[in-house]
Amino acid sequence: MASTQLHGASVGDRIYRYTTTAFALSIPLLLVLLAFEVAVAAWPALKAFHLGFLTSSAWDAVNGTFGAAPAIYGTIVSSLLALLIATPLAIGVAIFLSEFAPSWLRQPVAFLVDLLAAIPSVVYGLWGIFVLVPFLREQVMPFLADRLHLGDTPLFSGPAYGPSMLAAGLILAIMVLPYISSVTREVLMAVPRSQREAALALGATRWEMIWGAVLPYASSGVMGSVILGLGRALGETMAVTMVIGNRHEISSSLFAPGYTMASVIANEFSEATNDMHLSALMAVGAVLLAITLMVNIIARWLVWRVERRGQA
Amino acid sequence: MTSRAPRRSIRARRARSAAMVALTVVAALLATLPLVLILGLLLKQGASSLNWAFFTAMPKPVGETGGGMANALAGTLMLIAIASAIGLPVGIGAGMYLAEHRGGRLASVVRFLSDVLNGLPSIVVGIFAWQFLVRPVKHFSALAGGIALAAMMIPLVARATEEMIRLVPNSLREAALALGYPRWRTSLTVVLRTALPGIVTGALVAVARIAGETAPLLFTAFGNQFWSTSLTQPISALPLQIFSYAISPYEEWHSLAWAGALVLLALVLVISLIARYVTRSRFGHGHD
Repeated sequence: MASTQLHGASVGDRIYRYTTTAFALSIPLLLVLLAFEVAVAAWPALKAFHLGFLTSSAWDAVNGTFGAAPAIYGTIVSSLLALLIATPLAIGVAIFLSEFAPSWLRQPVAFLVDLLAAIPSVVYGLWGIFVLVPFLREQVMPFLADRLHLGDTPLFSGPAYGPSMLAAGLILAIMVLPYISSVTREVLMAVPRSQREAALALGATRWEMIWGAVLPYASSGVMGSVILGLGRALGETMAVTMVIGNRHEISSSLFAPGYTMASVIANEFSEATNDMHLSALMAVGAVLLAITLMVNIIARWLVWRVERRGQA
Repeated sequence: MTSRAPRRSIRARRARSAAMVALTVVAALLATLPLVLILGLLLKQGASSLNWAFFTAMPKPVGETGGGMANALAGTLMLIAIASAIGLPVGIGAGMYLAEHRGGRLASVVRFLSDVLNGLPSIVVGIFAWQFLVRPVKHFSALAGGIALAAMMIPLVARATEEMIRLVPNSLREAALALGYPRWRTSLTVVLRTALPGIVTGALVAVARIAGETAPLLFTAFGNQFWSTSLTQPISALPLQIFSYAISPYEEWHSLAWAGALVLLALVLVISLIARYVTRSRFGHGHD
């Protein structure tokens, strides 16, 4: 029986292997269970309203009709607004840190930007309520509407309440910036040195090197980082709930209050009295889960592609 | 095609390059500006309303001045403890599996799914925990809150553990095996021990991340105006208390919210700084 000692695993090894495998399996299991439980919670509302749930704007808890269109619209608009503001800044920071920053500055600046990601969402919300929203109401909104005479355009029309889509987009931009910039920085650092040296050897300036040789090589990874940021923005809850104004209405104006999927759930959960209202909120959660799952899978795949190419 | 375009002089190209470099500097400045603004205001507002009573007193009803967040502080610590007790062993175990089966098919699936899980909105995790743990027993509880936070920790800890174990030189593992150590003892006493500082860092980063989470707690821990340390009762937490005070109409509560935010951020930053310090001391010993 000496051979079992040599070839077969000992009891300890077998226990160790089974235990770590079980822990590893807990992650897929958790994800499946999560999707299942959310679907179960959402089922009554999805069954009652079918696809109309996604397209209807009627949200009436008393009469029991629910449509998530304003929340879906608000989620998409606030997230796109955030990306529009954050992406150029985040890529700029990443380029600065990976290409231009002197080495003594690199660590501290990277640390400060990463720190933005460490601030809890509810603290952003607090700052949003007491600083950002009043600042928008008293300075930015009058400036945009009256000084720049944009008040008649659909994007900037209506009274300046303060809590608005604009406020939500701005606070989201601050919150997703560190995510986009840190992944972009990693992707840029995965670009081989030879790529840069070849461009410089051909006589490119530093910017031409970045624009012509580094960014094209990293493009799908940068794209991935932006989509990763989108995933964060879509699901961000507390800060948005505190500044968006919470109203079930689709308005073209960025000054108007709105709703996002996450903020509807957070805001109405404790007030929901009947089962259909609760289930409608959970159905909003299920839609959010489906969208963020898709966005995350695409983003991971894009980033993974660049990193694998960098290693090869 | 390009021959028709006017060729820019080298000076114009250099100027353009310098301008773009300057723009990236501006981007870096703009990106750090909100941080400075938020931290500055938090220190100013928070420090002026922070006092000893904040840490020791219970919340007062509307209209009475004073009061603190003793129960919320205790609640946050308790939630962190529950989450860590569940999330750390599972996360570290999963990470060990991932590191030891680098190319395996199950490992790549688990790795991918843990990244996906990590990117899911925390509010969805809250809904899951509510449906799974709160609804069947019909009441909110500290345990459900802790489990929701643990679900968020597991993928973070697993990936961090994997990265750290990968840094352990293979020769170390081989040396232990050559000396006749069984695999499990090699993994636990040689590999895991060597990677321990890095894993501690990963664990602390995960704790810092969940300490400030609010959304999952809305559906699970729910909040509580009274002192509670029971696992099966609703429990208060610092982020929940900040949220409900911030959206209230009362001045007194607003300043308590600022004080709470300052304490919460200090907690998160201290944990993050310890995490950095642990890794630095490790790399200080010539591992980098």
